[in-house]
Amino acid sequence: MTTAVSLETEVWRALDTVLDPELDQPVTELDFVAGLEVDGDDVHVDLRLPTYFCAPNFAYLMVADAHDAVAELPGVRRVRVRLLDHFASEEINAGVAAGDGFDAAFPGLAAGELEELRRTFLRKAHLAYQEQVAQELLRAGTELDDLVHVRLGGLQGGAALDRLRRRRDQLGLPSGPDALLMIDENGAAVPVEGLSAKLRFARTTRVSIEGNAGWCRGLLDTRYGSGGTTGRSGLH
Amino acid sequence: MYEKDGTQYFIVDSHIHAWDGTPANQANRYGEGFLNCFYDYHRNLSPESALWTHEQFQKQSEEKILHDLFEVGYVDKAIFQPTYLTDFFVNGFNTTEQDGALAEKHPDKFIVNGGWDPRDGEAGLAALERLAERWQLKGTKLYTAEWKGESKGWKLTDPWSYRYLEKCQELGIRNIHIHKGPTIYPLNRDAFDVADVDDVASAFPELNFIVEHVGLPRLEDFCWIATQEPNVYGGLAVAMAFMHHRPRYFAQIIGELLFWLDENRITFSSDYAIWTPKWLVEQFVDFQIPEDMQSEYGVLTTDIKRKILGLNAAALYDIEVPAGMRAAEPEIPVGREPVASELNKEAMSS
Repeated sequence: MTTAVSLETEVWRALDTVLDPELDQPVTELDFVAGLEVDGDDVHVDLRLPTYFCAPNFAYLMVADAHDAVAELPGVRRVRVRLLDHFASEEINAGVAAGDGFDAAFPGLAAGELEELRRTFLRKAHLAYQEQVAQELLRAGTELDDLVHVRLGGLQGGAALDRLRRRRDQLGLPSGPDALLMIDENGAAVPVEGLSAKLRFARTTRVSIEGNAGWCRGLLDTRYGSGGTTGRSGLH
Repeated sequence: MYEKDGTQYFIVDSHIHAWDGTPANQANRYGEGFLNCFYDYHRNLSPESALWTHEQFQKQSEEKILHDLFEVGYVDKAIFQPTYLTDFFVNGFNTTEQDGALAEKHPDKFIVNGGWDPRDGEAGLAALERLAERWQLKGTKLYTAEWKGESKGWKLTDPWSYRYLEKCQELGIRNIHIHKGPTIYPLNRDAFDVADVDDVASAFPELNFIVEHVGLPRLEDFCWIATQEPNVYGGLAVAMAFMHHRPRYFAQIIGELLFWLDENRITFSSDYAIWTPKWLVEQFVDFQIPEDMQSEYGVLTTDIKRKILGLNAAALYDIEVPAGMRAAEPEIPVGREPVASELNKEAMSS
């Protein structure tokens, strides 16, 4: 019994690392985990999404990531992740279970894998967190000209900085104390020239991501009702 | 017409439907899923006083449509945007013919737009010609995520799409509305990508591209494109409804749009029957950017509201606006470099 409880905790932790690529938030926080069952060393996870027609590419990424994250845990023998109530549940679930990739799940309808899509959203998330940290500095009195010299090591820690670092690691961008705060998607320093416009655009990106997250939460509530979940007591 | 505090607003609801989502018309579980998806949007964002039952939501009678839009909804002119979805609904979800039947009975109230699909090839081009003649089309609605047999979507940049856009130009169909919003396919591509709008807007400078749902959930991508393309507009369908439950987010959307586009390229719509115009018009006229956000976004003036609620769409569709409901002429201070949006306006009126 003790082992089972502990494995369940481990599974939840693993699922905490699975992000909705577009919203850049864990599926656990978004309440997308509809059910979790640990049966010896077998794990069953059910996922649900805000609408029947949520884009299947994102759905596939989440189901596949959840499968991989749980399968990597020591002590897990078999994993089954099911996506519920979605128009493409069948294809996605079968594709992830077979481990064949997105192309194989939708023969003839998909060209190429999803990694580039994932990177697009990681880049957007990075841009949004960078802007968030930069705005905090500007509000505290840092001049725009000085912003381009700020290094991560000189910053006060916080949630936005942590998230910024994580996205950089995933994108292969510098994230150590010497790394500049303002870098572009290739890791190059951002010049002062045009910085203001760049921040303005990043803010629009952040507004967009935050807005989508709110929209998805609202729809999920509308669809399933609040609180009708697995009740992950004591873990949040 | 809506009047508040002595100011009159001319209202054009630029995105409405007369749909049939009843179980009898649902061809499969996708049709059911589609209607239910819409109903969740309705339930999630409507004020309690404007909530409908599932049955009321499935189909609206002629009387109900006239009542909701014109008797209590303040609308002066409403524009039908068809969504065929013939793979999901036996007789189509909301076709030009269905909408047109109403428009023909009440020509002073409605404008009906057509639709086309590049996957229909040559036959579709001929059909578009007939449709344009039959309904005197000034606009079309495109739904790139529509299923058609094996195909689960298309892009504006597909070669046949260019043929259709050329045909629109030839037929005098100037307003191309495109659904870019919560959608289905294509699969591995970014299903919401608005990049194809960028390409065709450059290729067809004489056409107006009205991006419905302002590109949500990718507002930033839409803004980026709209800033560069003077003939790209933002349709507020869906976005408008955030006003009630999420006013700060709505303020951000409007604020961003006013910054990247301008007040002349944003159009109001209820997306009827997902929402009804009454509460949207009332709340928008009363709406203001919250004080703590005004340093970033400024304020919504009466003229801005008048343009968004009706004048901008009226200009696109040559709808006559009664005196007293127009906005003041914009002034560009002498000696200031015009911003992109002002240049765009010049390009549009030339």
